[in-house]
Amino acid sequence: MRYAETGFNLEIDLTRRNIERVATDPTDTALYMGGLGTNAKLLWDRVPPETDAFAPENLLIFGAGILCGTLAPGCNRTIVSTISPLTNLMAFSMMGGFWAPELKYAGYDKVVLRGKSSDLVYIWIHNDKVEIRDASHLKGKGAIETAEILRKELDEPKAQVSAIGLAGENRVYYASIEQGRSSASRGGIGAVMGDKGVKAIVVRGTKDINVAQPAEYLKLCNEVLEFIKFREKNPIPGVIPILGVLGSPQEMAIHDEKWHTENFMWGNARTRRKEFWTDDVDKEWLKTMEVSRKRLISCYNCPLKCGATISIPGLPTYMMKCFSKLTYTMAAYSNLDFGLRIAQRATEYGVDGYSAPQVMAFALELLENGILTAEDFPGMPEDSDGRFYWLLDRIVRREGIGDILANGTHWAANHIGNGAHEYAHNNIKKQEQLPLKLSMLNPIYFLMYATGEKISITQIEGQFPQGPFPELKDREEFCADWFQVPDEKFKQYFLDWEPRGEKSNPYYPTVEMCCDIVDWQERMHYIDDALGMCAGLSSFHMKAAYHIHNLPKFITYGAGIEMDEEAISFAAKRYRTLVRAINISRGMRRKDEKPPADHWKKRFPELEKELLDTYYKYKGWNNNGIPTEEFLREMGLDYVADDFLQRGIYDEVVEEVLDTETKSMEGANNAG
Amino acid sequence: MQAEKKKKVIKTIRIDVDKCNGCRACEVICSSFHASPKYSSNNPARSRIRVIRDPIADIYVPVYAGEYAVAECAGRDKYTIDGKEYDECAFCRASCPSRSEFKEPDSGLPLKCDMCSSDPTLEKPLCVQWCLADALIYEEREEEVSEETTVDELEVDLDALANKYGLNKLNELLAKMTLAKKG
Repeated sequence: MRYAETGFNLEIDLTRRNIERVATDPTDTALYMGGLGTNAKLLWDRVPPETDAFAPENLLIFGAGILCGTLAPGCNRTIVSTISPLTNLMAFSMMGGFWAPELKYAGYDKVVLRGKSSDLVYIWIHNDKVEIRDASHLKGKGAIETAEILRKELDEPKAQVSAIGLAGENRVYYASIEQGRSSASRGGIGAVMGDKGVKAIVVRGTKDINVAQPAEYLKLCNEVLEFIKFREKNPIPGVIPILGVLGSPQEMAIHDEKWHTENFMWGNARTRRKEFWTDDVDKEWLKTMEVSRKRLISCYNCPLKCGATISIPGLPTYMMKCFSKLTYTMAAYSNLDFGLRIAQRATEYGVDGYSAPQVMAFALELLENGILTAEDFPGMPEDSDGRFYWLLDRIVRREGIGDILANGTHWAANHIGNGAHEYAHNNIKKQEQLPLKLSMLNPIYFLMYATGEKISITQIEGQFPQGPFPELKDREEFCADWFQVPDEKFKQYFLDWEPRGEKSNPYYPTVEMCCDIVDWQERMHYIDDALGMCAGLSSFHMKAAYHIHNLPKFITYGAGIEMDEEAISFAAKRYRTLVRAINISRGMRRKDEKPPADHWKKRFPELEKELLDTYYKYKGWNNNGIPTEEFLREMGLDYVADDFLQRGIYDEVVEEVLDTETKSMEGANNAG
Repeated sequence: MQAEKKKKVIKTIRIDVDKCNGCRACEVICSSFHASPKYSSNNPARSRIRVIRDPIADIYVPVYAGEYAVAECAGRDKYTIDGKEYDECAFCRASCPSRSEFKEPDSGLPLKCDMCSSDPTLEKPLCVQWCLADALIYEEREEEVSEETTVDELEVDLDALANKYGLNKLNELLAKMTLAKKG
């Protein structure tokens, strides 16, 4: 008997319209756990590096985390993995919501799509009955609209729907997959779904999910709930509100955005507005929030209310998640009312709330600076809000300039030329980043930005404080109940970290300490991504409800696979390495691993080189970022080592270049 | 026979639909508690509480499984509250032929909330314990009531089967099964 997982994947060949229920190998679960881990294994096995995002051979995998559908609070994530059209690397965007548990109750751990349908279709999964159905009547419909139509049409109000909007249908490189309350947005996975001709996957399941040791498992879950209650009453002192509690509930709960609006950049990730938050703004945004927000809402089996139902008079209702609240507002130099309004349209179209606003701000900057001209924007309104609507409408339809912008800032800049790449300045590995520009290099963040393969900082940071606390007594207080650390040494690292002086950024934490800290933070995210655990209760937070000490027990008691801290860390390291192996096989190298050149004003090329050199070694990678043969064999990834040997990946000559000028690094990045 | 007056604990769950965050933790823990062995499996389709949800319409109504209804209502009511139109059966607790709620997914047998009756007794029903949004609040009070016979779960199930297939057929089958066991 399989516990927590169902032991079956649904394999759907869209070209041949063939559907199979395939039993999975329990050995793979032991080695790669589930979710991201087994997704990566499937991609490695079946999608060779020569296959690009829009080839029929590319897979689009919807993987439910191994513990989804069990009692574990907040364990509800769908891990969507494929080859990204934006980066040509592995994309593994994720979504919370309700879809993954429903899939488990229908009797499947994953839906694996391959091939391409010539007509637009949707997939209807109802327990053992699975159909590919015509979706021609849904062409051009919004993602939320589509979900509502399908639920009604099927007369299944409890069915869960993952759908794409116009952006996905038209293969916009940053198209998302929307699921009402949640979305998987990064890496253009919605474009792959559109390319495969799939408008939606509808799921309804009424079967059981079993756990191995019920009493022990319940106890773990109750402890997590108790901790959630404790943290709600006792926010962590000394940090910004979003980091003081679990999840990101205050994004929707409060209107006060002084911190984000004055510290994050406006426009095309350029301008900081230090005096933005005035009494007038405060009043106006409060009013907007009160008029628009109907209810604070949660994902499946999670008490944290990180989302909200937004109903703006005259517009269809939608559900907003977290920071998309501000990305459009700030890119357009506008207000919250505009942000909530355009997010409604963007959600129906199905676009990434990080990339889309930045692409539009980038286009307007090119216009301002004469690289694009008025002729490229025929009929565009004069006002900033109007321009954003105009651009968004054209991007998702790939009309005119929209067709170029639909490929993201990196590819658009390549196409436009004439110095446009200077404006695509906020990318890592071709993907737009949060609009943050800071002063002094933070060595921990340098490593996370450079090497994070989800290519989003929120998906690697979390467990360790973002910066030092000014007073020693505050640091001591912080450490007093910091039981989540995997090793006591992390407390010392933090205690000694000072805002100024010898033990401050960028030379403290030391290079070795940074390696430990980054590795720990990354590991926690990878564990969550196999389990289907929301980072908001776990890896994204300091002192979270889930941590390295209780997560192995969840696997043991839930899935019936013996785990301890060492074993879970080893498994996570294995599939983390596999993700890197996929990307290495697709050409990613050290040269690609760099934060935006202007992310920090004060850069330290020699230190940065040392950080990467040391971290690569620490991770078992060679100096070009490639996992070494020896390390791969140690991880039990002999098949990867053999493949690398066969492909001659270890024979490459690496030029030792020390960039003294960060500008030249950026140029090289864009040219590549 | 005259019914005797007796003190009875009335268990109430106060439901505040405005506080519901739609997470369905109540369904999750309910199905787990009623699994056999206890907590060994999860399946909201077996839960005795359902959040009747229509997120886009901002409708969230936690409803507990009540009595089994042989036939659906002769007429239906549609409520509009605060401008929101609720589905015809949104507030109804019955396991009824008109809908799929509160039926075992395999057998179709009716489900009924038993306030997590167990030995030892739980402090509060688990749905209430797991509702951190405080949409479900448990209250107890004592009342003097006429003693009534309690109907156990088996009887409810049998009654449902009898209604579905007819008492005669059920009798025949029971007789057959009795013989077979003896056989």
